[in-house]
Amino acid sequence: MSVHPGNGAHDLEVRVTQLLKARSEIEPRQLVEAVEAIMATAQGDLSSANLKLYAEIESLAHYIQNARAEIASLRPDEITDEHLPAAGEELEAIVGATEQATNSIMEAVEAIETVAAELPPEQAERITAAVTSVYEACGFQDITGQRISKVVNALRHIESKVQALLVAFGGDSLPKPSAKGGSKRADGKDRPDEHLMNGPQNAQAAISQDDIDALLASFD
Amino acid sequence: MSAVDMNMPILIVDDYKTMLRIIRNLLKQLGFDNVDEASDGSAALQRLRDKAYGLVISDWNMEPMSGLQLLKEVRADSRLKDLPFVMITAESKSENVIAAKQAGVTNYIVKPFNAATLKTKLTATIGNF
Repeated sequence: MSVHPGNGAHDLEVRVTQLLKARSEIEPRQLVEAVEAIMATAQGDLSSANLKLYAEIESLAHYIQNARAEIASLRPDEITDEHLPAAGEELEAIVGATEQATNSIMEAVEAIETVAAELPPEQAERITAAVTSVYEACGFQDITGQRISKVVNALRHIESKVQALLVAFGGDSLPKPSAKGGSKRADGKDRPDEHLMNGPQNAQAAISQDDIDALLASFD
Repeated sequence: MSAVDMNMPILIVDDYKTMLRIIRNLLKQLGFDNVDEASDGSAALQRLRDKAYGLVISDWNMEPMSGLQLLKEVRADSRLKDLPFVMITAESKSENVIAAKQAGVTNYIVKPFNAATLKTKLTATIGNF
């Protein structure tokens, strides 16, 4: 619908002037009152507030249409079907590779420890201390694995949000998020301690072993 | 002389094989050779009901049964309720420690940990060895 309030007001003014000239017996004030009465009954169609609202709605419709076109050009189906699952698979491959490497290291160090037992005590002690350090360091595989699982979970969350966005813009026939990129907590959403499982913390957010000991002691 | 039976069965629970291997090797260095493994809380609970253990060392974040759930099951079982239970986990927020303590954990070690911390916590849990 196209309305031009400026032209309409001008036309009305011209027509009222012509009417006054043709009908000199009509009081201008009476004519104004009659016009105002007509305007009042037709306010829903002609008020400037509503005209502005129509313009806003029309603009919003164009905006949504453009947004849909832009989203479609991004190929969101590729994001949910290919890119995010592929990223999850790559991350899982990293976990697998580091686990394999860590096991190889552990095997080698266990062999060294066995040999150390046959050495004189002083040398054996030094080698055992070094072996212990390697064991401790190999704990990285568990920590990095849990951190990567958190990233995989984040990717899956993004995947579901993209899907929700597509549905909101009319793409409800698109496939559901894939089950690829499984993580340590993939099936654990209804577990009673789900809200407590955050995995490894960033150094700034984590509390130390000393803090934990103090916290435990506070219960005694 | 050690007051601790160095041959007592110990159950270690973790879903990462590498971590099981690390803990087993560190326990061996400390003199504990009688170590069994489980990969989650439910498997651990079954083992605990089948055999008498002197100590459980468990991860938290496992499926289908977490370490916290295992701890609650152990404390709710009349035969297992007094079993020393050490949690070794990357869950290091105060709320985790409090939840574990309220569930009856004996000691709590945060990952990554070292051999000295493990020895200190085991001594505090089962006595000098």
